[in-house]
Amino acid sequence: MPTVSVGRDRLFAALGRVYTQEEFEKLCFDFGIELDDVTTEKAIIRKEKHLEDDGQADGDEEVIYKIEVAANRYDLLCLEGIARSLRIFIGTEATPVFKLSSVPNGSMLQMHVKKETSQIRPYIVCAVLRGVTFDEVRYNSFIDLQDKLHQNICRKRTLVAIGTHDLDTLQGPFSYEALPPQEINFVPLKQERHFTADKLMDFYRSDMKLKKFLHIIENSPEFPVIYDSNRTVLSLPPIINGAHSAITLKTRNVFIECTATDLTKANIVLNTMVAMFSEYCENKFEIEPVEVISYDGSKAIYPDLSCYKMEASISEILGRIGISLDETQVISLLNKMQLQAELCPSKGEPRISVSVPPTRSDVLHACDLAEDVAIAYGYNNVPKSKPKSMTIGGRQPLNRFSDKIRAEVTRAGYMEVLTFVLTSYEENFDMINRKDDGNKAVIIANPRTSEFEVVRTSLMSCLLKTLKHNIDHPRPIKIFEVGDVVALDTSRDVGASNNRRLAALYCSSNSGFEEIMGLVDRIVKIVRAPHITFSHPYYVETSEPEFFTKRQCKIVTSDGKQVGYLGIVHAEVLRKFGIPDPCTFVEIDLEALL
Amino acid sequence: MATRDVEAGLLAHLSTNAEIADSRSFASSLGVPHKELEDVIKSLSAFRIVESADITKETWVLTDEAKGYAARGSPEVQLVAAIPPEGASKAALKEKLGDVVFDIGMKAAARNKWIGFEKGNKDLVLRKVEDTKDELQEQLKGLENGEAVAAKVIDDLKRRKLVTKEKTIWYSLKKGPEFVLKRKTLATDVTREHLKSGDWKDLEFKDYNYGALGQPIATGSVNPLLEVRGNIENIFIEMGFVEMPTNMFVESSFWNFDALFQPQQHPARDSHDTFFLKAPATTTQLPNDYLEKVKQIHQSGGYGSKGYGYDWKRDEAEKNLLRTHTTAVSARMLYKLAQEKPFAPKRYYSIDRVFRNEAVDRTHLAEFHQIEGLICDYGLTLGDLKGVLEDFFSRLGMSQLRFKPAYNPYTEPSMEIFSYHDGLKKWVEIGNSGMFRPEMLLPMGLPEGVNVIAWGLSLERPTMILYGIDNIRDLFGPKVDFNLIKNSPMCRLGM
Repeated sequence: MPTVSVGRDRLFAALGRVYTQEEFEKLCFDFGIELDDVTTEKAIIRKEKHLEDDGQADGDEEVIYKIEVAANRYDLLCLEGIARSLRIFIGTEATPVFKLSSVPNGSMLQMHVKKETSQIRPYIVCAVLRGVTFDEVRYNSFIDLQDKLHQNICRKRTLVAIGTHDLDTLQGPFSYEALPPQEINFVPLKQERHFTADKLMDFYRSDMKLKKFLHIIENSPEFPVIYDSNRTVLSLPPIINGAHSAITLKTRNVFIECTATDLTKANIVLNTMVAMFSEYCENKFEIEPVEVISYDGSKAIYPDLSCYKMEASISEILGRIGISLDETQVISLLNKMQLQAELCPSKGEPRISVSVPPTRSDVLHACDLAEDVAIAYGYNNVPKSKPKSMTIGGRQPLNRFSDKIRAEVTRAGYMEVLTFVLTSYEENFDMINRKDDGNKAVIIANPRTSEFEVVRTSLMSCLLKTLKHNIDHPRPIKIFEVGDVVALDTSRDVGASNNRRLAALYCSSNSGFEEIMGLVDRIVKIVRAPHITFSHPYYVETSEPEFFTKRQCKIVTSDGKQVGYLGIVHAEVLRKFGIPDPCTFVEIDLEALL
Repeated sequence: MATRDVEAGLLAHLSTNAEIADSRSFASSLGVPHKELEDVIKSLSAFRIVESADITKETWVLTDEAKGYAARGSPEVQLVAAIPPEGASKAALKEKLGDVVFDIGMKAAARNKWIGFEKGNKDLVLRKVEDTKDELQEQLKGLENGEAVAAKVIDDLKRRKLVTKEKTIWYSLKKGPEFVLKRKTLATDVTREHLKSGDWKDLEFKDYNYGALGQPIATGSVNPLLEVRGNIENIFIEMGFVEMPTNMFVESSFWNFDALFQPQQHPARDSHDTFFLKAPATTTQLPNDYLEKVKQIHQSGGYGSKGYGYDWKRDEAEKNLLRTHTTAVSARMLYKLAQEKPFAPKRYYSIDRVFRNEAVDRTHLAEFHQIEGLICDYGLTLGDLKGVLEDFFSRLGMSQLRFKPAYNPYTEPSMEIFSYHDGLKKWVEIGNSGMFRPEMLLPMGLPEGVNVIAWGLSLERPTMILYGIDNIRDLFGPKVDFNLIKNSPMCRLGM
């Protein structure tokens, strides 16, 4: 969930009243956001620099609220959006109506899209904010919002990248092109000299912030670039803007472009930007459109601020919640959530027509209207009820069987441990003298550490590792686990299947070979059934490298099927795990005994 | 005399005479050493059968050297007695008396003028008196017999290291509150012999030290986390839920995400959060008709939804992973349920492992257990969800619940569940819940009007709170604490 930092006093000023922290927390809780932390800029800087002393850190003592918001509410990623949503929620403001300014014929700004961009980053949408008044706080919020959008919906700029420019430094019409990197030459933001795009990529390889975006375009023969009519570079999306058009506190007219690989998200991002900051325009909530002209001649005007129209019956909305209200109540609750609604002229069941504003891209279905009505009504005011259906409870046979085996092994004096399914390649194979034939184990593609390389194919290394960590425990140590291992299995849709195992380990000054055999004898005794039979002897000698020879065997049913194995753990294996005392290990396939 | 007889004699005497003034004389009257009687007295006093009062006296006793003088006479007398009338050479006397007696005797005898020397021959010792009175021997004998000796004499003997001071203790005795003529033998255990012989009738037990622990017993023990799992399972079963088969850790992105209407660009599908697989890398068998519907709903919507409006890719859905939630199994179960006609309401639950590619710390693991419950029926409401959650969590001891709006891609409405924690004096988040979106249920083929209410939480968090454990690795993983497993109390959740 994204967290947004806002100045408390600014926020309260925007909300039109001062709250105690408790009151504000309550408001957040009801609305579905969360006051995650209360801090100051100074404290944040101190923390970042790992400073102890009060005096050393610069920064403001203004109280900062860190507010956690829902991941699909891009309109809540800045102070302006949070404050506006809460004002509407508590009823002190109506939902704003965003509109496009009327531009005289032929004077609308244009963006020409070249064909080559389709190979690398095909979409661009633009808009202009006229007569913006920035101050430092607004300006920072404007920059932060872009950051937050880049992190979240833009998926670290892969899907959408935002460029904002001082329009007064540029000359339309603009063009969105894709060119070989060495042909692109400009002074990037925060730099003072020209770079060609290929050199610039090298330059940013050591830049902590920007280096993580380079992969998006660096392997492409052509890089996306935006020019104005004087061939001034606006930006090299999704990496960096040009220095020429950088916005400042004095900027009055802002040109916003969003380049993208996903048009839906580009529109959401552009709409979020303009919906939030048109608040500071001379004509509040008025946005100047830009015409995007494709290489194939098709034209589109952005931003698309049209409301998404939905219709739902009262029962569709309230039936999901379990409350009864009349139409006007439903409409007023929807209004609190920024959704304009009216009663549809219809016979029969009353229906409501809803206009979803561009800020609420999260609303997809009538169930979203139900949630908004429930939130506005108050989740904690919805009366509790009980589902009426009668159903019969029950368990999975394998799990019941496993529990019976667990109880039996516990009764036999063993302690139950619980180990991880994920393990290292080395532990699963080499450390227990086993070879990977390549067609058994599930392998993780993106392990964070060597502990998570492979899914265990046996419980043996898990129990040995657990023993190692408790090696000082008084002897004899008797531990067991009932758990799943996973093996590749082409008969399953996903290509792998679990197998339930029982494993037990005995460790003392002697190997306990016969102790373990006694445990197996007991298991064999209790699992007998018409379809599970054992005949003497059910131990058949084996010669596996993880055990001493002549002290190891498999366990077979009367029809010759192997259901388990046991043996005195080989000294070499014990050495690798750092275990000084002899051990006997047994592993049994419980599914075979079910 | 056997100890038993000494005890019997003492008790018999006390029962008729009420008092024994001096244990020393009583010992001599019985003809046993005082030490032997003393042991009996101590044992009887401990059981308050007799009451004893200590009598202590400091006495002067002879040193080993002095005992020799008391028996054989003082060195000077011994010396004089050893000199024949004709006199004797020093060497001869020394040989006869030994060095010590000779040296001391010579000095004392000379001082008493009992001896003399021949003129010109210092070696020949002559006896000058006929009769010698041995005062020292008399004094020593007197002391040995307990007679009074003058203080001046004692000082003299002390100086000559012939006496030392010794404290002697004896007792005066009378009946104790528990007085009996014959004491019973106290037993520490009941034996087969007691039962056989009938002795158990007179059996009286020695006091037991209840401050001591019993004998440690060899026992097995269950893992507390799985104990809690068992109790929560019982709660589900009591509430009519049937367990889902969750023994499949490898899952396709399709069932883990796409079927749940989780868009393909959702951050949870990043490699930062999810374990993707190198082998088996992909799932090739997916139900094609259903997959087509899932694709449609993501790309362009349907069933009253506008969809996400992006280019849905089958490749992305085929990517295998370790399931990030058991809801992947719920999706399979609901799809299966949707194919069964006519529709029958269901309550499903599961508690099993899920996997997140996250950094591990004291409270977070890369694999943990998810508890999940869901009800599928016509007309279920958010109010029903609240009611079921109240039923469920009150059985877990959490009866005060609050609900916060939340976001989850496959539920709408979504509610975070908070419970008031008496210990922490605040509301803590205990789980997530919601109603599955129609975009998830309708493509599966579930009838219109059928809703699913569901909730989930981790098994580890409530267990940590329940057992007061601050490091989950004490219960789960190779670093489990054996002593913690062995000594944990039983889980009483839902009892």
